[in-house]
Amino acid sequence: MSTFSIKVNGVEHSVEADDATPILWILRDHLQLVGTKYGCGIGQCGACTIHLEGTSARSCNLPISAAAGKSITTIEGLSENGTHPVQKAWVEHDVPQCGYCQSGQIMTAAAFLKENNNPSDEEIKAAMHGNICRCGTYNRIRAAVKTAAQNS
Amino acid sequence: MTKQNIDRRSFLKVSGAATGGVLFGFSWLVSCQNEVQAEIIPELEMPEQWFSLNGYIKIGDNGVVTIMAPNPEIGQNVKTSMPMIVAEELDADWNKVVVEQAPLDPEKFPRQVAGGSQSIRQSWEGLRKAGATAKAMLVAAAAEKWGVDAATLKTEKGHIINANGEKIHYGEVATAASQLEVPEDAPLKDPKDFTIIGQSKKNVDLKDIITGEPLFGLDTKVEGMKYAVVLRPPAFGQKLQSVDDAAAKALTGVESVLQFGDKVAVLANSTWAAMQGKKALTAVWTEDTPLESTTYHDEELAKLLTAKTEAVRHDGNVDRAFAEADEIVERVYESPFLPHNCMEPMNFFAHVTDEKVLLDGPIQTPQWTRQRVADLLEREAEQVEVKMTRMGGGFGRRLYGDFALEAAEVSKLAKAPVQLVFSREDDMSAGTYRMAIKYKIKAAIKDKKITAYHLTEAAINSNMYGLIPNFFPAGAIENYRVDNAKMESNITTGAWRAPYTNFLAFAEQSFFDELSEKMEVDAVQLRLDLLENAKKNKEDERMQWSPDRMQECIKLVAEKAGWSTPKEGVFQGLSAYYSHNTHVAEIAEVVMKENRPVVTKVYCAVDCGIVVNPEAAKNQIEGGIIDGVGHAMFGDLAFNNGIPSATNFDKFRLIRHQEAPEIEVFFIQNNVDPTGLGEPSLPPAGGAIANAIYKATGKRFYKQPFVQEMDVLG
Repeated sequence: MSTFSIKVNGVEHSVEADDATPILWILRDHLQLVGTKYGCGIGQCGACTIHLEGTSARSCNLPISAAAGKSITTIEGLSENGTHPVQKAWVEHDVPQCGYCQSGQIMTAAAFLKENNNPSDEEIKAAMHGNICRCGTYNRIRAAVKTAAQNS
Repeated sequence: MTKQNIDRRSFLKVSGAATGGVLFGFSWLVSCQNEVQAEIIPELEMPEQWFSLNGYIKIGDNGVVTIMAPNPEIGQNVKTSMPMIVAEELDADWNKVVVEQAPLDPEKFPRQVAGGSQSIRQSWEGLRKAGATAKAMLVAAAAEKWGVDAATLKTEKGHIINANGEKIHYGEVATAASQLEVPEDAPLKDPKDFTIIGQSKKNVDLKDIITGEPLFGLDTKVEGMKYAVVLRPPAFGQKLQSVDDAAAKALTGVESVLQFGDKVAVLANSTWAAMQGKKALTAVWTEDTPLESTTYHDEELAKLLTAKTEAVRHDGNVDRAFAEADEIVERVYESPFLPHNCMEPMNFFAHVTDEKVLLDGPIQTPQWTRQRVADLLEREAEQVEVKMTRMGGGFGRRLYGDFALEAAEVSKLAKAPVQLVFSREDDMSAGTYRMAIKYKIKAAIKDKKITAYHLTEAAINSNMYGLIPNFFPAGAIENYRVDNAKMESNITTGAWRAPYTNFLAFAEQSFFDELSEKMEVDAVQLRLDLLENAKKNKEDERMQWSPDRMQECIKLVAEKAGWSTPKEGVFQGLSAYYSHNTHVAEIAEVVMKENRPVVTKVYCAVDCGIVVNPEAAKNQIEGGIIDGVGHAMFGDLAFNNGIPSATNFDKFRLIRHQEAPEIEVFFIQNNVDPTGLGEPSLPPAGGAIANAIYKATGKRFYKQPFVQEMDVLG
């Protein structure tokens, strides 16, 4: 057990945890920020995607020891009241079915659009390929990312 | 023309449950007014008092309306569409509606189940009556207030308007209305007057989903709650002999280790600690029943296909037709086991005390689960309260409340509130899988007509449900027979989205494609001709599907896909299937890229009657197609000595973004009572892409997943 300080959504937290504890569980169980989802625990599905120093990262296999002192953004901190262009586009296209994977999808899309603000369909597909949507909302996700690109 | 057989009396109880002047407290409210493009929902002002008009409806004194969403939400959108139906008949202002997930309450709500794509179909009339009855009470109260005849009043968007044009909102008469007698026969609207049904309304949980608010079972946090992760036998057929928990107990965060039956629960102060604790257990397992492997299942199922079997339906005489045939075609189609792989792994919250049992979590069958938990704990069902969270997928897995029973048992032993969590590995290896099935289909062709059709199913643990033998082509072919055979297995199996038809439709629709080629008849024409034949048997009460509606779907999809005007380099495949009371026809398109077939597009025509929420309905159809395409191409789970071949997404391949085809959806417009959409677009998808890939490559598939035989691209 060690004490770590992490900055989540602009707020400093001091957390006591085992070095190997993935950030996912620090967020969900220690800080009660449950928007970041557990899907596979091995970085394969993308449900746990966060921004680490502004770029997308899988939080389920990112130990707190590797993230200490760094700045983390979760879905709860992406915007005030859901007003990020990606979130607005998700509303416009009524993307979710069950909704469970969507915070990870949104975080992946938001980080991607920072790198590429005018993506082609093929680029969107490639960027979003790592995030599984079991309900199959892929076409809506693609349309929403496109809309978000146009509006950001 | 619909054949609806629904117990209408059960809904009268709903109306009878009216109670007046009940106060409900809410700290904040979010309304359903989120259709304004990209504008995040304004918060509605909280009323000081709510008045309950029946189990579904509470009216606030300021005119805000709460509508209960009775059924479990697994992503099929019933939390939005069912309240829309109530709001329609209530003539509510949708922008002033708050939707609340109802707990299990069989006294108020009939059939609180997410399954069989039946929520909308079976509750359609009851939901309408709930809205219409409440509206009649509000109008009666307004008539009394104004001293006029109720027949002179109109309602519109949460208001009552009198002949002089004076207007009051529902909240102004809610208290008086809640004291009135419940009318028995409040009139329902003519569908042409619908203003909410048929308009796309956004998911009522949309804002919470996109901002990461707690919604799902795993998001439940309760003071003093322990996280529990369970070690179960690694192979089907094993039981626990002994466990050494010393290393687990030594871990920081682990609080206790409890054995129950052949399982061991580790309780900890975080999910991660509980997962680590489970890994630190050393268990010894012994063989209880034989450990089974896929090779064994394959051999046994193949034997069953040639064994003597009993017919579950036999029209005419297939043997005579085969004896007289010009040509006989016989094919065998094979499918693997499949896990459900809900994105939210199984989990449940339970708090068992001497006084009561609280269950809260993602469950498709709250009532059945309540009874089973009551039986397990030797309590009365009334002592068990069940609340439902939004679910991160269901697909049939959450019909089986095993995880809720485990949570209840662990909570009882631990004497603490418990959140029981499956890891992804637990989820994929302690499943109630779609069973492996084989179908043999044999047809006789004589004088360029199909004169006999004989389907034999060999399945694990259970056979097709009783309606399926009456689906197409029953009634379309004179000599028709379906046989069932099964083998028992210790691997747990159960319903998986569109049970049986999720694979049967692929087999059948591939088979007809092959027949159309042999008969040198266009695939669309062959289906239309067969459906024409089936019209002779429309009066047969076993035929719950409609040849006319199916023909319409096929014609529409053929027109939209340009079936009769082939495009250069684009190969099309047709599949049409009725299931869950909805008719669907699909045409898939495949192009060749680097010598590999790529599924680029699927056109889909659907007849589900009235489309309650069009954009969400399209979303369901799209999702079902992608699910069908994905599992046909990639889905595979084998067993080796009782152990599943994949336990996480590194080994189990689910369809991903780049593999998803474009989809265009077309709904047949009519005013027939609505039917479900969660499942029906899935069954035809596998056949549509298989038939298109055949045209592109000359290769027919008889086995899923296709990727084992060919490199296919999405």
